[in-house]
Amino acid sequence: MTGFRAILMRDLRLALRQGMDSAMVVMFFVIAVVLFPLGVGPEPNVLARIAPGVLWVAALLSVLLSLERLFHTDFEDGSLELLALSPPALEVVVLAKVLAHWLITGLPLIVAAPVLAVLLNMPADGFALLLLALLLGTPTLSLIGAVGAALILGSRRGGVLLALLILPLFIPVLIFGVGAVEAAIGGFPARAPLLLLGAIFAGALALCPWGAAAGLRQALE
Amino acid sequence: MFTYFANPRRFMKLATVLSPWLAGATVVLAAAGLYLGLFASPADYQQGETVRIMYVHVPAAWMSLFCYVGLAISAAVGLIWKHPVADVAARATAPIGACFTFLALLTGSLWGKPMWGAWWVWDARLTSVLVLFFLYLGYMALNSAFDDPQRGSKASAILAMVGLVNVPIIKFSVDWWNTLHQPASIVRMDGPTIHPAMLWPLFLMIGAFTAYYLWVLMLRMRRELTETRLRARRQIQAEEAGA
Repeated sequence: MTGFRAILMRDLRLALRQGMDSAMVVMFFVIAVVLFPLGVGPEPNVLARIAPGVLWVAALLSVLLSLERLFHTDFEDGSLELLALSPPALEVVVLAKVLAHWLITGLPLIVAAPVLAVLLNMPADGFALLLLALLLGTPTLSLIGAVGAALILGSRRGGVLLALLILPLFIPVLIFGVGAVEAAIGGFPARAPLLLLGAIFAGALALCPWGAAAGLRQALE
Repeated sequence: MFTYFANPRRFMKLATVLSPWLAGATVVLAAAGLYLGLFASPADYQQGETVRIMYVHVPAAWMSLFCYVGLAISAAVGLIWKHPVADVAARATAPIGACFTFLALLTGSLWGKPMWGAWWVWDARLTSVLVLFFLYLGYMALNSAFDDPQRGSKASAILAMVGLVNVPIIKFSVDWWNTLHQPASIVRMDGPTIHPAMLWPLFLMIGAFTAYYLWVLMLRMRRELTETRLRARRQIQAEEAGA
Protein backbone atom coordinates (compact mmCIF):
# COMPACT_ATOMS: atom_id res chain seq x y z
CA MET A 1 0.00 0.00 0.00
CA THR A 2 2.81 2.40 0.80
CA GLY A 3 4.35 1.69 -2.60
CA PHE A 4 1.06 2.63 -4.30
CA ARG A 5 0.82 5.86 -2.31
CA ALA A 6 4.48 6.70 -2.91
CA ILE A 7 4.17 6.33 -6.69
CA LEU A 8 0.86 8.20 -6.74
CA MET A 9 2.30 11.10 -4.75
CA ARG A 10 5.41 11.16 -6.92
CA ASP A 11 3.45 11.37 -10.14
CA LEU A 12 1.09 14.02 -8.77
CA ARG A 13 3.96 16.08 -7.47
CA LEU A 14 5.78 15.87 -10.81
CA ALA A 15 2.67 16.84 -12.72
CA LEU A 16 1.81 19.74 -10.44
CA ARG A 17 5.33 21.04 -10.62
CA GLN A 18 5.04 20.97 -14.39
CA GLY A 19 1.64 22.61 -14.23
CA MET A 20 1.17 22.86 -17.97
CA ASP A 21 0.19 19.23 -18.55
CA SER A 22 -3.37 19.30 -17.29
CA ALA A 23 -3.84 22.86 -18.46
CA MET A 24 -2.90 21.82 -21.99
CA VAL A 25 -5.31 18.87 -21.97
CA VAL A 26 -8.20 21.12 -20.89
CA MET A 27 -7.22 23.72 -23.47
CA PHE A 28 -7.26 21.10 -26.20
CA PHE A 29 -10.68 19.93 -24.99
CA VAL A 30 -12.02 23.49 -25.14
CA ILE A 31 -10.55 24.24 -28.56
CA ALA A 32 -11.75 20.93 -30.03
CA VAL A 33 -15.29 21.55 -28.79
CA VAL A 34 -15.22 25.16 -30.03
CA LEU A 35 -14.32 23.97 -33.53
CA PHE A 36 -17.69 22.29 -33.95
CA PRO A 37 -19.99 25.33 -33.78
CA LEU A 38 -17.55 27.07 -36.08
CA GLY A 39 -17.72 24.15 -38.48
CA VAL A 40 -21.38 23.13 -38.49
CA GLY A 41 -22.82 26.57 -37.95
CA PRO A 42 -24.25 28.24 -34.85
CA GLU A 43 -27.86 27.09 -35.20
CA PRO A 44 -28.90 26.17 -31.62
CA ASN A 45 -31.02 23.15 -32.51
CA VAL A 46 -28.24 21.51 -34.48
CA LEU A 47 -25.73 22.15 -31.71
CA ALA A 48 -28.09 20.81 -29.05
CA ARG A 49 -28.58 17.66 -31.12
CA ILE A 50 -24.86 16.94 -31.45
CA ALA A 51 -23.72 18.26 -28.06
CA PRO A 52 -23.40 14.97 -26.12
CA GLY A 53 -21.53 13.27 -28.97
CA VAL A 54 -19.18 16.18 -29.56
CA LEU A 55 -18.35 16.50 -25.86
CA TRP A 56 -17.61 12.79 -25.53
CA VAL A 57 -15.50 12.60 -28.71
CA ALA A 58 -13.50 15.66 -27.68
CA ALA A 59 -12.98 14.18 -24.20
CA LEU A 60 -11.82 10.92 -25.81
CA LEU A 61 -9.31 12.71 -28.00
CA SER A 62 -8.04 14.83 -25.13
CA VAL A 63 -7.41 11.73 -22.99
CA LEU A 64 -5.73 10.09 -25.98
CA LEU A 65 -3.31 12.98 -26.44
CA SER A 66 -2.22 12.89 -22.83
CA LEU A 67 -1.74 9.10 -22.74
CA GLU A 68 1.47 8.95 -24.75
CA ARG A 69 3.37 10.58 -21.91
CA LEU A 70 2.07 8.14 -19.29
CA PHE A 71 5.10 5.87 -19.26
CA HIS A 72 7.32 7.68 -21.74
CA THR A 73 9.40 9.92 -19.51
CA ASP A 74 9.97 7.15 -16.95
CA PHE A 75 10.96 4.77 -19.73
CA GLU A 76 13.40 7.24 -21.23
CA ASP A 77 15.29 8.09 -18.05
CA GLY A 78 15.36 4.56 -16.61
CA SER A 79 13.07 5.02 -13.63
CA LEU A 80 10.65 2.50 -15.11
CA GLU A 81 13.30 -0.19 -14.73
CA LEU A 82 13.79 0.80 -11.10
CA LEU A 83 10.04 0.74 -10.55
CA ALA A 84 9.86 -2.72 -12.09
CA LEU A 85 12.56 -3.94 -9.71
CA SER A 86 11.04 -2.32 -6.63
CA PRO A 87 8.78 -4.17 -4.12
CA PRO A 88 5.31 -3.12 -5.34
CA ALA A 89 4.13 -5.34 -8.19
CA LEU A 90 4.24 -3.75 -11.63
CA GLU A 91 0.44 -3.96 -11.74
CA VAL A 92 0.27 -1.78 -8.60
CA VAL A 93 2.69 0.69 -10.21
CA VAL A 94 0.42 0.84 -13.27
CA LEU A 95 -2.66 1.43 -11.09
CA ALA A 96 -0.95 4.23 -9.22
CA LYS A 97 0.19 5.92 -12.43
CA VAL A 98 -3.25 5.55 -14.01
CA LEU A 99 -4.91 7.08 -10.93
CA ALA A 100 -2.47 9.97 -11.05
CA HIS A 101 -3.12 10.38 -14.79
CA TRP A 102 -6.86 10.47 -14.23
CA LEU A 103 -6.59 13.00 -11.41
CA ILE A 104 -4.45 15.22 -13.59
CA THR A 105 -6.34 14.95 -16.88
CA GLY A 106 -9.72 13.26 -16.33
CA LEU A 107 -10.93 15.40 -13.43
CA PRO A 108 -10.20 18.73 -15.14
CA LEU A 109 -12.10 17.47 -18.21
CA ILE A 110 -15.09 16.63 -16.03
CA VAL A 111 -14.96 20.11 -14.49
CA ALA A 112 -14.72 21.77 -17.92
CA ALA A 113 -17.46 19.69 -19.53
CA PRO A 114 -20.56 21.49 -18.14
CA VAL A 115 -19.19 24.87 -19.23
CA LEU A 116 -18.67 23.58 -22.75
CA ALA A 117 -22.08 21.92 -22.69
CA VAL A 118 -23.55 25.39 -22.16
CA LEU A 119 -21.59 26.61 -25.19
CA LEU A 120 -23.12 23.81 -27.24
CA ASN A 121 -26.62 24.60 -26.01
CA MET A 122 -27.11 21.16 -24.50
CA PRO A 123 -30.53 20.77 -22.83
CA ALA A 124 -30.42 21.13 -19.05
CA ASP A 125 -31.66 17.59 -18.37
CA GLY A 126 -28.40 16.14 -19.62
CA PHE A 127 -25.94 17.95 -17.37
CA ALA A 128 -26.06 15.69 -14.32
CA LEU A 129 -25.84 12.56 -16.46
CA LEU A 130 -22.98 14.07 -18.43
CA LEU A 131 -20.98 14.51 -15.25
CA LEU A 132 -21.86 11.05 -13.97
CA ALA A 133 -21.10 9.34 -17.26
CA LEU A 134 -17.77 11.16 -17.62
CA LEU A 135 -16.96 10.25 -14.02
CA LEU A 136 -17.42 6.57 -14.90
CA GLY A 137 -15.97 6.82 -18.39
CA THR A 138 -12.77 8.83 -18.03
CA PRO A 139 -11.09 6.42 -15.57
CA THR A 140 -11.96 3.60 -17.99
CA LEU A 141 -10.33 5.55 -20.80
CA SER A 142 -7.20 6.06 -18.68
CA LEU A 143 -7.08 2.33 -17.87
CA ILE A 144 -7.54 1.13 -21.45
CA GLY A 145 -5.15 3.81 -22.64
CA ALA A 146 -2.52 2.63 -20.20
CA VAL A 147 -2.42 -0.72 -21.99
CA GLY A 148 -1.86 1.05 -25.29
CA ALA A 149 0.72 3.42 -23.83
CA ALA A 150 2.68 0.45 -22.46
CA LEU A 151 2.60 -1.34 -25.81
CA ILE A 152 4.01 1.54 -27.85
CA LEU A 153 7.04 2.22 -25.65
CA GLY A 154 10.10 2.33 -27.85
CA SER A 155 8.14 2.20 -31.08
CA ARG A 156 8.81 4.43 -34.03
CA ARG A 157 5.51 6.24 -34.55
CA GLY A 158 4.27 6.45 -30.97
CA GLY A 159 1.49 9.04 -30.99
CA VAL A 160 -0.35 8.16 -34.19
CA LEU A 161 0.07 4.43 -33.55
CA LEU A 162 -1.44 4.85 -30.09
CA ALA A 163 -4.50 6.49 -31.61
CA LEU A 164 -4.91 3.64 -34.09
CA LEU A 165 -4.65 1.05 -31.32
CA ILE A 166 -6.69 2.70 -28.60
CA LEU A 167 -9.59 4.40 -30.36
CA PRO A 168 -11.30 1.15 -31.43
CA LEU A 169 -11.15 0.02 -27.80
CA PHE A 170 -12.62 3.34 -26.67
CA ILE A 171 -15.69 2.92 -28.86
CA PRO A 172 -17.90 1.03 -26.32
CA VAL A 173 -17.27 3.70 -23.67
CA LEU A 174 -18.18 6.36 -26.22
CA ILE A 175 -21.37 4.60 -27.29
CA PHE A 176 -22.68 4.04 -23.77
CA GLY A 177 -21.49 7.41 -22.47
CA VAL A 178 -23.37 9.29 -25.17
CA GLY A 179 -26.28 6.88 -24.76
CA ALA A 180 -26.59 7.78 -21.08
CA VAL A 181 -26.64 11.54 -21.74
CA GLU A 182 -29.07 11.27 -24.63
CA ALA A 183 -31.35 9.05 -22.56
CA ALA A 184 -31.50 11.72 -19.86
CA ILE A 185 -32.16 14.44 -22.43
CA GLY A 186 -34.93 12.38 -24.01
CA GLY A 187 -36.55 11.71 -20.67
CA PHE A 188 -35.85 7.97 -20.70
CA PRO A 189 -34.23 6.12 -17.78
CA ALA A 190 -30.47 6.20 -18.19
CA ARG A 191 -29.96 3.18 -15.97
CA ALA A 192 -28.92 0.72 -18.69
CA PRO A 193 -26.09 2.73 -20.28
CA LEU A 194 -24.84 3.74 -16.84
CA LEU A 195 -24.78 0.14 -15.64
CA LEU A 196 -22.91 -0.88 -18.78
CA LEU A 197 -20.43 1.96 -18.30
CA GLY A 198 -19.92 0.76 -14.75
CA ALA A 199 -19.45 -2.80 -15.95
CA ILE A 200 -16.84 -1.75 -18.50
CA PHE A 201 -15.10 0.28 -15.80
CA ALA A 202 -15.09 -2.67 -13.40
CA GLY A 203 -13.73 -4.97 -16.10
CA ALA A 204 -11.07 -2.49 -17.13
CA LEU A 205 -10.06 -1.92 -13.50
CA ALA A 206 -9.59 -5.66 -13.06
CA LEU A 207 -7.87 -6.50 -16.37
CA CYS A 208 -6.03 -3.46 -17.69
CA PRO A 209 -3.33 -3.30 -14.99
CA TRP A 210 -2.30 -6.84 -15.97
CA GLY A 211 -2.27 -6.01 -19.68
CA ALA A 212 -0.31 -2.81 -19.14
CA ALA A 213 2.17 -4.51 -16.81
CA ALA A 214 2.72 -7.26 -19.42
CA GLY A 215 3.37 -4.54 -21.99
CA LEU A 216 5.81 -2.78 -19.68
CA ARG A 217 7.70 -6.02 -19.09
CA GLN A 218 8.01 -6.46 -22.86
CA ALA A 219 9.37 -2.94 -23.17
CA LEU A 220 11.92 -3.45 -20.42
CA GLU A 221 13.39 -6.67 -21.76
CA MET B 1 3.49 -32.26 -32.48
CA PHE B 2 3.32 -28.80 -30.97
CA THR B 3 7.04 -28.74 -30.22
CA TYR B 4 7.86 -30.84 -33.30
CA PHE B 5 6.78 -28.02 -35.59
CA ALA B 6 8.55 -25.38 -33.53
CA ASN B 7 11.49 -26.19 -35.79
CA PRO B 8 11.00 -23.96 -38.83
CA ARG B 9 12.59 -26.50 -41.19
CA ARG B 10 10.11 -29.20 -40.21
CA PHE B 11 7.23 -26.78 -40.53
CA MET B 12 8.46 -25.75 -43.99
CA LYS B 13 8.39 -29.40 -45.06
CA LEU B 14 4.82 -29.75 -43.78
CA ALA B 15 3.77 -26.52 -45.48
CA THR B 16 5.33 -27.54 -48.80
CA VAL B 17 3.54 -30.90 -48.69
CA LEU B 18 0.18 -29.41 -47.72
CA SER B 19 0.11 -26.47 -50.12
CA PRO B 20 -0.89 -28.25 -53.35
CA TRP B 21 -3.61 -30.20 -51.50
CA LEU B 22 -5.01 -27.02 -50.01
CA ALA B 23 -4.93 -25.33 -53.42
CA GLY B 24 -6.76 -28.29 -54.92
CA ALA B 25 -9.31 -28.32 -52.10
CA THR B 26 -9.93 -24.61 -52.60
CA VAL B 27 -10.60 -25.02 -56.31
CA VAL B 28 -12.84 -28.06 -55.91
CA LEU B 29 -14.88 -26.67 -53.01
CA ALA B 30 -15.19 -23.26 -54.63
CA ALA B 31 -16.30 -24.75 -57.93
CA ALA B 32 -18.88 -26.96 -56.23
CA GLY B 33 -20.05 -24.19 -53.91
CA LEU B 34 -20.33 -21.60 -56.66
CA TYR B 35 -22.16 -23.95 -58.99
CA LEU B 36 -24.64 -24.94 -56.31
CA GLY B 37 -24.90 -21.44 -54.95
CA LEU B 38 -25.25 -19.51 -58.18
CA PHE B 39 -27.18 -22.00 -60.31
CA ALA B 40 -28.55 -25.04 -58.54
CA SER B 41 -29.99 -23.47 -55.38
CA PRO B 42 -33.33 -21.71 -55.15
CA ALA B 43 -33.81 -17.97 -55.07
CA ASP B 44 -35.16 -16.51 -51.84
CA TYR B 45 -38.93 -16.05 -51.63
CA GLN B 46 -38.46 -12.48 -50.38
CA GLN B 47 -35.12 -11.32 -51.75
CA GLY B 48 -35.12 -13.05 -55.11
CA GLU B 49 -31.78 -13.57 -56.80
CA THR B 50 -30.02 -10.98 -54.59
CA VAL B 51 -29.75 -13.57 -51.84
CA ARG B 52 -26.90 -15.20 -53.77
CA ILE B 53 -24.49 -12.57 -52.37
CA MET B 54 -24.93 -14.54 -49.13
CA TYR B 55 -22.68 -17.28 -50.55
CA VAL B 56 -19.76 -14.81 -50.54
CA HIS B 57 -20.76 -12.50 -47.69
CA VAL B 58 -21.35 -15.12 -44.98
CA PRO B 59 -18.14 -17.12 -45.64
CA ALA B 60 -16.11 -13.89 -45.67
CA ALA B 61 -17.65 -12.77 -42.39
CA TRP B 62 -17.14 -16.21 -40.85
CA MET B 63 -13.48 -16.19 -41.97
CA SER B 64 -12.91 -12.72 -40.55
CA LEU B 65 -13.87 -14.00 -37.09
CA PHE B 66 -12.09 -17.33 -37.56
CA CYS B 67 -8.88 -15.63 -38.65
CA TYR B 68 -8.97 -13.24 -35.71
CA VAL B 69 -9.38 -16.06 -33.20
CA GLY B 70 -6.58 -17.95 -34.98
CA LEU B 71 -4.44 -14.81 -34.86
CA ALA B 72 -5.05 -14.30 -31.15
CA ILE B 73 -4.34 -17.95 -30.33
CA SER B 74 -1.12 -18.08 -32.39
CA ALA B 75 0.02 -14.78 -30.92
CA ALA B 76 -0.71 -16.03 -27.40
CA VAL B 77 1.18 -19.27 -28.06
CA GLY B 78 4.10 -17.25 -29.39
CA LEU B 79 4.03 -14.95 -26.38
CA ILE B 80 3.56 -17.56 -23.64
CA TRP B 81 5.63 -20.46 -24.95
CA LYS B 82 7.94 -18.44 -27.23
CA HIS B 83 7.03 -20.80 -30.05
CA PRO B 84 8.90 -19.39 -33.07
CA VAL B 85 6.53 -20.63 -35.78
CA ALA B 86 3.45 -19.37 -33.90
CA ASP B 87 4.66 -15.78 -34.19
CA VAL B 88 5.15 -16.24 -37.92
CA ALA B 89 1.65 -17.72 -38.21
CA ALA B 90 0.09 -14.77 -36.39
CA ARG B 91 1.93 -12.22 -38.52
CA ALA B 92 0.92 -14.06 -41.69
CA THR B 93 -2.75 -14.35 -40.70
CA ALA B 94 -3.34 -10.67 -40.02
CA PRO B 95 -3.45 -9.31 -43.60
CA ILE B 96 -5.57 -12.26 -44.77
CA GLY B 97 -8.07 -11.71 -41.96
CA ALA B 98 -8.15 -7.97 -42.66
CA CYS B 99 -8.96 -8.66 -46.32
CA PHE B 100 -11.74 -11.07 -45.36
CA THR B 101 -13.20 -8.45 -43.00
CA PHE B 102 -13.06 -5.82 -45.71
CA LEU B 103 -14.68 -8.22 -48.16
CA ALA B 104 -17.44 -8.99 -45.65
CA LEU B 105 -18.11 -5.28 -45.14
CA LEU B 106 -18.01 -4.60 -48.89
CA THR B 107 -20.30 -7.48 -49.92
CA GLY B 108 -22.58 -6.67 -47.00
CA SER B 109 -22.81 -3.11 -48.23
CA LEU B 110 -23.58 -4.29 -51.78
CA TRP B 111 -26.27 -6.56 -50.35
CA GLY B 112 -27.64 -3.85 -48.07
CA LYS B 113 -28.32 -1.32 -50.79
CA PRO B 114 -30.99 -3.35 -52.60
CA MET B 115 -32.32 -4.98 -49.41
CA TRP B 116 -32.27 -2.25 -46.76
CA GLY B 117 -32.01 0.75 -49.06
CA ALA B 118 -28.79 1.89 -47.42
CA TRP B 119 -25.10 1.28 -48.20
CA TRP B 120 -24.29 1.47 -44.50
CA VAL B 121 -26.13 1.65 -41.18
CA TRP B 122 -24.58 2.09 -37.77
CA ASP B 123 -26.14 -0.94 -36.16
CA ALA B 124 -24.33 -3.16 -33.65
CA ARG B 125 -23.18 -5.91 -36.04
CA LEU B 126 -21.73 -3.58 -38.70
CA THR B 127 -20.09 -1.28 -36.14
CA SER B 128 -18.45 -4.15 -34.24
CA VAL B 129 -17.15 -5.71 -37.48
CA LEU B 130 -15.71 -2.31 -38.41
CA VAL B 131 -13.98 -2.27 -35.02
CA LEU B 132 -12.62 -5.75 -35.85
CA PHE B 133 -11.19 -4.33 -39.08
CA PHE B 134 -9.47 -1.56 -37.10
CA LEU B 135 -8.10 -4.14 -34.67
CA TYR B 136 -6.53 -6.06 -37.57
CA LEU B 137 -4.98 -2.84 -38.91
CA GLY B 138 -3.77 -1.89 -35.43
CA TYR B 139 -2.20 -5.33 -35.01
CA MET B 140 -0.32 -4.99 -38.31
CA ALA B 141 0.77 -1.45 -37.49
CA LEU B 142 2.04 -2.33 -34.03
CA ASN B 143 3.87 -5.40 -35.33
CA SER B 144 5.93 -3.33 -37.76
CA ALA B 145 6.40 -0.29 -35.50
CA PHE B 146 9.52 -1.51 -33.76
CA ASP B 147 13.09 -1.85 -34.95
CA ASP B 148 13.35 -5.10 -33.00
CA PRO B 149 10.90 -7.56 -34.63
CA GLN B 150 10.67 -9.64 -31.45
CA ARG B 151 9.41 -6.64 -29.51
CA GLY B 152 6.86 -5.99 -32.25
CA SER B 153 5.55 -9.55 -32.13
CA LYS B 154 5.17 -9.51 -28.38
CA ALA B 155 3.50 -6.12 -28.18
CA SER B 156 1.04 -6.95 -30.95
CA ALA B 157 0.33 -10.32 -29.29
CA ILE B 158 -0.92 -8.47 -26.22
CA LEU B 159 -3.05 -6.23 -28.42
CA ALA B 160 -4.51 -9.25 -30.23
CA MET B 161 -5.50 -10.85 -26.93
CA VAL B 162 -7.07 -7.63 -25.67
CA GLY B 163 -9.09 -7.40 -28.88
CA LEU B 164 -10.50 -10.92 -28.43
CA VAL B 165 -13.26 -9.37 -26.34
CA ASN B 166 -14.73 -8.02 -29.59
CA VAL B 167 -15.40 -11.49 -31.04
CA PRO B 168 -18.27 -12.52 -28.71
CA ILE B 169 -19.61 -8.98 -29.05
CA ILE B 170 -19.81 -9.45 -32.82
CA LYS B 171 -21.36 -12.90 -32.52
CA PHE B 172 -24.05 -11.90 -30.03
CA SER B 173 -24.59 -8.32 -31.24
CA VAL B 174 -27.66 -9.39 -33.21
CA ASP B 175 -29.16 -10.86 -30.03
CA TRP B 176 -28.16 -8.16 -27.56
CA TRP B 177 -29.21 -5.15 -29.64
CA ASN B 178 -32.08 -4.25 -31.89
CA THR B 179 -30.19 -4.54 -35.19
CA LEU B 180 -31.09 -4.25 -38.83
CA HIS B 181 -28.72 -7.13 -39.61
CA GLN B 182 -30.60 -10.40 -39.46
CA PRO B 183 -30.25 -12.61 -36.38
CA ALA B 184 -28.24 -15.83 -36.26
CA SER B 185 -29.59 -18.53 -38.55
CA ILE B 186 -26.82 -21.15 -38.45
CA VAL B 187 -25.00 -21.27 -35.13
CA ARG B 188 -28.04 -21.30 -32.88
CA MET B 189 -29.20 -23.32 -29.90
CA ASP B 190 -32.07 -24.77 -31.94
CA GLY B 191 -29.99 -25.57 -35.02
CA PRO B 192 -29.90 -23.88 -38.39
CA THR B 193 -33.01 -22.30 -39.81
CA ILE B 194 -31.79 -22.30 -43.42
CA HIS B 195 -33.14 -24.90 -45.83
CA PRO B 196 -30.56 -27.56 -46.77
CA ALA B 197 -30.74 -26.52 -50.42
CA MET B 198 -29.16 -23.21 -49.40
CA LEU B 199 -27.23 -24.52 -46.41
CA TRP B 200 -25.08 -26.97 -48.39
CA PRO B 201 -23.72 -24.42 -50.91
CA LEU B 202 -23.05 -22.15 -47.94
CA PHE B 203 -21.03 -24.80 -46.13
CA LEU B 204 -19.15 -25.62 -49.33
CA MET B 205 -18.24 -21.96 -49.77
CA ILE B 206 -17.15 -21.71 -46.12
CA GLY B 207 -14.99 -24.78 -46.71
CA ALA B 208 -13.56 -23.19 -49.86
CA PHE B 209 -12.73 -19.96 -48.04
CA THR B 210 -11.12 -21.90 -45.18
CA ALA B 211 -9.01 -23.96 -47.59
CA TYR B 212 -8.03 -20.74 -49.37
CA TYR B 213 -7.05 -19.12 -46.09
CA LEU B 214 -4.91 -22.11 -45.07
CA TRP B 215 -3.30 -22.23 -48.53
CA VAL B 216 -2.37 -18.54 -48.51
CA LEU B 217 -1.26 -18.88 -44.86
CA MET B 218 1.14 -21.69 -45.85
CA LEU B 219 2.45 -19.55 -48.72
CA ARG B 220 3.02 -16.52 -46.51
CA MET B 221 4.63 -18.52 -43.73
CA ARG B 222 6.94 -20.27 -46.17
CA ARG B 223 7.90 -16.89 -47.59
CA GLU B 224 8.71 -15.41 -44.21
CA LEU B 225 10.65 -18.45 -43.00
CA THR B 226 12.63 -18.50 -46.25
CA GLU B 227 13.36 -14.77 -45.92
CA THR B 228 14.67 -15.32 -42.39
CA ARG B 229 16.97 -18.10 -43.58
CA LEU B 230 18.23 -15.94 -46.46
CA ARG B 231 18.93 -13.06 -44.14
CA ALA B 232 20.81 -15.32 -41.72
CA ARG B 233 22.82 -16.80 -44.58
CA ARG B 234 23.72 -13.35 -45.95
CA GLN B 235 24.77 -12.27 -42.49
CA ILE B 236 27.10 -15.27 -42.14
CA GLN B 237 28.56 -14.51 -45.58
CA ALA B 238 29.12 -10.88 -44.66
CA GLU B 239 30.81 -11.85 -41.40
CA GLU B 240 33.06 -14.35 -43.17
CA ALA B 241 33.93 -11.82 -45.85
CA GLY B 242 34.79 -9.26 -43.18
CA ALA B 243 36.90 -11.68 -41.12
